[in-house]
Amino acid sequence: MLGLARAQFALTIMFHYLFPPLSIGLGAMMVMMEGLFLRTKDPAWSKLTRFWSRVFAVNFAVGVASGIVMELQFGTNWATYSRFVGDVFGSALAAEGIFAFFLESGFLAVLVFGWDRVSPRVHFLSTCMVFTGSVFSSVWIVIANSWQQTPAGHRIVGEGVHRRAEIVDFWAMVFNPSAMPRLAHVLLGAFLVGAFFVASVSAYHVLKGIEVEMSKRAFTLALGFAFATIVAMGLSGHEQANTVAKYQPVKLAAFEGHFKTSSEGVPLYLFGVPDTEAGTIRYGVGVPGMLSYLVKGDTKAPLPALDSVPPEDRPSVPVPFTAYHVMITLAGAMTALASIGVFFRMRGTIFEKKWLLRAFVGAVFMPYLANQAGWVACEVGRQPWVVYGLLRTKDAASKVVHGPSIVFSIVVFSLLYLALFAVWLFVLTDKILHGPGYGTEDHGGSEGKEPTNQGILSAAASLSDPASPDSMTSARASTSEGA
Amino acid sequence: MSLYVFWFGMLGVLLTGYAVLDGFDLGVGILHLVLARDDRERRVLLNSIGPLWDGNEVWLVTFGGALFAAFPRAYATVLSGFYLPVVVLLACLIGRAISIEFRSKRKSMAWRTYWDVSFSLSSGLAVFVMGLLVGHVLRGVPLDEDGEYAGTFGDLFHPFPILVGALAVATSALHGATYLCLKVEGELAVRGKTWAFRTFFVFLPLYLAASASTLATVPHALDNFAHLPLAWVVVGLNVLAVANVPRTLHKGTPGWAFLSTGALICALTFLLGMALFPNLLLDPVHPERSLTITSAASSESTLRLMRVIALLGLPFIATYTFIVYWVFRGKTKIDTFSY
Repeated sequence: MLGLARAQFALTIMFHYLFPPLSIGLGAMMVMMEGLFLRTKDPAWSKLTRFWSRVFAVNFAVGVASGIVMELQFGTNWATYSRFVGDVFGSALAAEGIFAFFLESGFLAVLVFGWDRVSPRVHFLSTCMVFTGSVFSSVWIVIANSWQQTPAGHRIVGEGVHRRAEIVDFWAMVFNPSAMPRLAHVLLGAFLVGAFFVASVSAYHVLKGIEVEMSKRAFTLALGFAFATIVAMGLSGHEQANTVAKYQPVKLAAFEGHFKTSSEGVPLYLFGVPDTEAGTIRYGVGVPGMLSYLVKGDTKAPLPALDSVPPEDRPSVPVPFTAYHVMITLAGAMTALASIGVFFRMRGTIFEKKWLLRAFVGAVFMPYLANQAGWVACEVGRQPWVVYGLLRTKDAASKVVHGPSIVFSIVVFSLLYLALFAVWLFVLTDKILHGPGYGTEDHGGSEGKEPTNQGILSAAASLSDPASPDSMTSARASTSEGA
Repeated sequence: MSLYVFWFGMLGVLLTGYAVLDGFDLGVGILHLVLARDDRERRVLLNSIGPLWDGNEVWLVTFGGALFAAFPRAYATVLSGFYLPVVVLLACLIGRAISIEFRSKRKSMAWRTYWDVSFSLSSGLAVFVMGLLVGHVLRGVPLDEDGEYAGTFGDLFHPFPILVGALAVATSALHGATYLCLKVEGELAVRGKTWAFRTFFVFLPLYLAASASTLATVPHALDNFAHLPLAWVVVGLNVLAVANVPRTLHKGTPGWAFLSTGALICALTFLLGMALFPNLLLDPVHPERSLTITSAASSESTLRLMRVIALLGLPFIATYTFIVYWVFRGKTKIDTFSY
């Protein structure tokens, strides 16, 4: 029962979280692109913004659709939790609706459909508003989730089924100890998705000869953003780990597989296989004393281990350990790639290095996976609590909902999400293969240059035969209306 | 006005905003297959709601968030108690969003027809399920001592909620038809008018049947009229709005027809609130178990704080809504950025 409810939540939240990070990150990229257009009046930036706004719209629609499920399933699957946290969590969620969602959805209409209806300045304002809305949205939802990690500003009232948390100090709730470090971490994670996504698609366009000059600019912008973000991410990650060490030491012990308390310093593992039975890390490769050094500034300082709390309060180790290390490894890989990219871009030779561009094309999976892994580590590491120290996950599920109903919802959502994901990939691929020149020739495309690829078939043909990108003119004619 | 009454009213405002705004785009969805005959017409229909439907749905999201924040016990009981209908509703809302977004992305007619059917069916089923849920809440639900839903699977299919569900579908279709009369041109507008009349004559008997059976089977529905006799004015306005729909359609003033169907929906949600107050979920057999605006509520300090947030936010929401409807005013045209 509980396992099913947790599986259902994992499925819906992990699927949902494929989309909001791109909305936030791509929103930031679009604000930069359109800002550059207003500043330089260079139509290339306008074309790029238009191109990315279509990608944004598809991604946003899927994010909204999967997000409605998130909002209502607190009530469907976790009714006891909802009664317990409604006073706190519900308020943050309602604030998100009132301040963020209306802003986003309203201005998104102008952003996507309003190119010919409003002036460039008003359009830019709409883009900024959509971005602001998506950031507001993450603010409230991260505050709500952080309160579950490090509850503050509340009191517990009532007994039994009426037991619940009530806000006594709103600002203490909002600025609960982990809220701001986690917010920074989440936003930077989203920026990484946006930056690597634009870099990947632009590198692809450069490699395939689609709107090369324009794509080089977009790539450079994205590369700079990715580099700045990953540098900031290093600082944020450190801050984040310190917050966990201070307020959720047992969770950090699970991240690092620190089973038994001792008087020695604790190593930082780069790799390892946790063995829960024996309470050790097998095949571990790590830096001795490094975790102690990072947390306490002393390689000899002992840290609380899993056995510092009773067994029923300990999270399981394998999932958080693995997810945490996947995230850290990916962060290292992204730092390396972004640094190499910046190095060759500054030397001006990056667009001759096909291998590096190909690496950037594939690198888009790294921030996605890192975001997912980070959340898995964070949420599974919080177990067995749903609200840290206050409400156990096993006590939080709906009492009137039975196994078959949850199985039904898992089946329904799995099928829908599969279809949704397939169509999302399909349509996105279609748009990406078209490139930024597509469908904008009547709207500010003053270069007078014919877009090289207009249909998915001709684009596909050009993959195998780059010399004749327009070989399939019939396909091009038949798909020219499908924007 | 007490905080609890304020939040009951606030939920009413959000629900009304949702029903009036998303009501017409769901209605366009319901009529999508029968009203538009070829690909171009279907694109016109989709684009008449294109920039608006997503923002309209935000009213539902905010209603859900406000219910969670202000009355968490009612939120938890309704959603866990009506688990299966809620899952179906969510599936329909997702299916509908996908259909709108992806329909015109490929040229293939099979692809487009598939999404047209999926768009129309998911719109209709979503409205039906929402009506069904409203019917259950209006009729009252069995609760246990802890305030948890105590009904069975069979209880879902009681005739009264099904009647309310059918009324919701007809009302939404009618509202969508009057909206289309306002937004489209030429032959499509002529057909829109025909379908507005047709749906009106489906709506009318359902409206009368639902009103009659509410009076017959929901005895508490009129209790509050004793405290608030002014509410009879709304009943009168409701009847006038219903009568005004065929009149204005016949006169060829679609703006007034759309206003009338909108007013009609406002009146219906107001009457729903009148029938419920001060309960959110009434247990007719064990009234003491009912979840009321006080027993289901969050703490006073939270309600007070949320009131500040709501009052700060509402002017912004009104402004955005106005801006979007203003930018996209006038007859629907297909351009490069259309669906």
